[in-house]
Amino acid sequence: MPETSADATGLLVDETPDRTFRQSLVYVGRLFWRDKTGLVGLIMFLMVVFSAIFAPWIAPYDPLQQDLRAAKTPPAWTEKGSFDHPLGTDNLGRDILSRIIYGSRVSLTVGFFGVLIACSLGLTIGLISGYVGGRTDNIIMGGVNLILSLPYLVFVVFIAAILGRSLLIVILIFAFTDIPIFVRITRGEVLRIRESGFVEAALSIGAKRRRIIFRHILPNLIGPLITIATFEMSAMIFYEAGLGFLGLSVPPSVPSWGNMLAVGRKYLTIYPWIATIPGLAIVFTGLAMNLLGDWLRDVIDPRLRRVKK
Amino acid sequence: MQRYILSRLIQSLLILLGVLLIVFFMLQLTGDPVSLMVSRNASPEQVQRVREEMGFNRPMMVQFADFMTGAVVGDFGMSLRHRQPAMKLILERLPATVELATVALLMAMVIGIPLGLLGGSNPGGFWDTLCRLAGLIGQTIPNFWLALILIVFFSVGLGWFPTFGRETCTVFGIHLPTRSVILPAFALCLFTTGQLVRFTRAAVLEIKNEDYVRTAYSKGIGDRQIYTRHILRNAAIPLISIIGVQFGYLLSGSIYIETIFSWPGIGNLLAEAIGNRDFALVQAIAFFASLTVVILNLLTDIAYGLADPRIRYGD
Repeated sequence: MPETSADATGLLVDETPDRTFRQSLVYVGRLFWRDKTGLVGLIMFLMVVFSAIFAPWIAPYDPLQQDLRAAKTPPAWTEKGSFDHPLGTDNLGRDILSRIIYGSRVSLTVGFFGVLIACSLGLTIGLISGYVGGRTDNIIMGGVNLILSLPYLVFVVFIAAILGRSLLIVILIFAFTDIPIFVRITRGEVLRIRESGFVEAALSIGAKRRRIIFRHILPNLIGPLITIATFEMSAMIFYEAGLGFLGLSVPPSVPSWGNMLAVGRKYLTIYPWIATIPGLAIVFTGLAMNLLGDWLRDVIDPRLRRVKK
Repeated sequence: MQRYILSRLIQSLLILLGVLLIVFFMLQLTGDPVSLMVSRNASPEQVQRVREEMGFNRPMMVQFADFMTGAVVGDFGMSLRHRQPAMKLILERLPATVELATVALLMAMVIGIPLGLLGGSNPGGFWDTLCRLAGLIGQTIPNFWLALILIVFFSVGLGWFPTFGRETCTVFGIHLPTRSVILPAFALCLFTTGQLVRFTRAAVLEIKNEDYVRTAYSKGIGDRQIYTRHILRNAAIPLISIIGVQFGYLLSGSIYIETIFSWPGIGNLLAEAIGNRDFALVQAIAFFASLTVVILNLLTDIAYGLADPRIRYGD
């Protein structure tokens, strides 16, 4: 693919932006088609995104609407179930399907903004650490290693318990505790790219530091960072659900997958579907993001692309 | 080797110092730690009494110095709820957590390493597919959800295991785990198993192409000897570090599993302490969990250095 390899050096992009963009889209499409698991992951993920965006239109009920007469209705495929509530209702008669659809909003918001903040801050700090080096690098990496050697869950639970339950706080907790991961990846890549032939070539024709960072290092960072971001987003969705399960995430009135698990757990032995079905939504999303992430990892690194048959 | 151990030791101590700083100042995040600990409708007098009792009315630096000197000798103050030293409560719960984590680690090793070995020795085959599946399952199924499913199927449905609690049987004065540990340990080992499968498989794939393996083959050595003598032995080096890190994670990360199964361990104590807003106990648990992880990382690094001379001389 000569067009895309030209992208990487940043030489041909300016001349024919339209063509390269369309061609790269076709190229990405072809890569998806070649490895079907990536395609499956993408479709699954888009389904979750779709349900989060269009929740009010596709959810059959108001997720907060209680109907005590229909409480604890089992899912439609069991004997006592009915198609009024395809996935059954919870202890207060709220429709589980509608709550799962609305719950995807919380999970995706936390995952998306958490990763966005963590990634942008981590990228900045990692660039500084890798490019400046010396004492700055030592101090930053000391902090990163300190945070990475803490038992993550214990501290997240600790902070969440102190700061209280709100969506913003949950996002910020995950965003800030996840920065070190992105710092470490960025720094490692910067150190590797800085030693590469094309940076040396650019330096030798007199490129300035700014040009090197923005033209040569940043474009090469996008691939690995997107891959890590996918995995981290799936991890954040897990941890958010886990916090909700312990009663430390968004307020109990908000329909979220973690909160649904927390409610369902109390009825586990008698009405198991209240807890188990929302869990399936988490597994579905996690599977989608991991398939997508695995695919990205293989596709973005051309060396792996060739090895993988 | 001594220099290597010494430098790792100093690093660990620095990390522990950082942990103490974080644990101490975390409580100050909201400005007034006392308001976190008392109930919402406590009278101002009650608040004041707690503040004096806990020593929060002193200057912050004095509090910090006090906290540090206490921490060095393992004293994290009194649990507000239990009226007992926080460390004593933790040590009481320690055996249950160690039992759960050890069984989970053993399960992960027994399932994960052979599977990774089989998959790596024959990429693209049946076992390899199973490997990929195990790696994927480990990352996509949350252990708290798996725990609920296991209870529904095996405890409620089939009645094979108790739904919650820890039972031990005593043989010659030693408490041995019974079947009550199986479900929680299995739920807990899921992620670790996935990691072990992935890393064993990757290590085998890489080592298989090494020159010394080819040399061994050309000498006419059989598959079995090559796997045990050359591949497994070299794959063991990176596995040591994975196992060490994972054991730390298992020892500290069982808050969900312990809560779900009412397992009387440290994770359960943490959940209780948070429910009771007993933050002295939370601080102590956070420090204790970090200490466990740091010590395990240190031991792992040392084992790594012993196993691979390149690491101890490279530094």
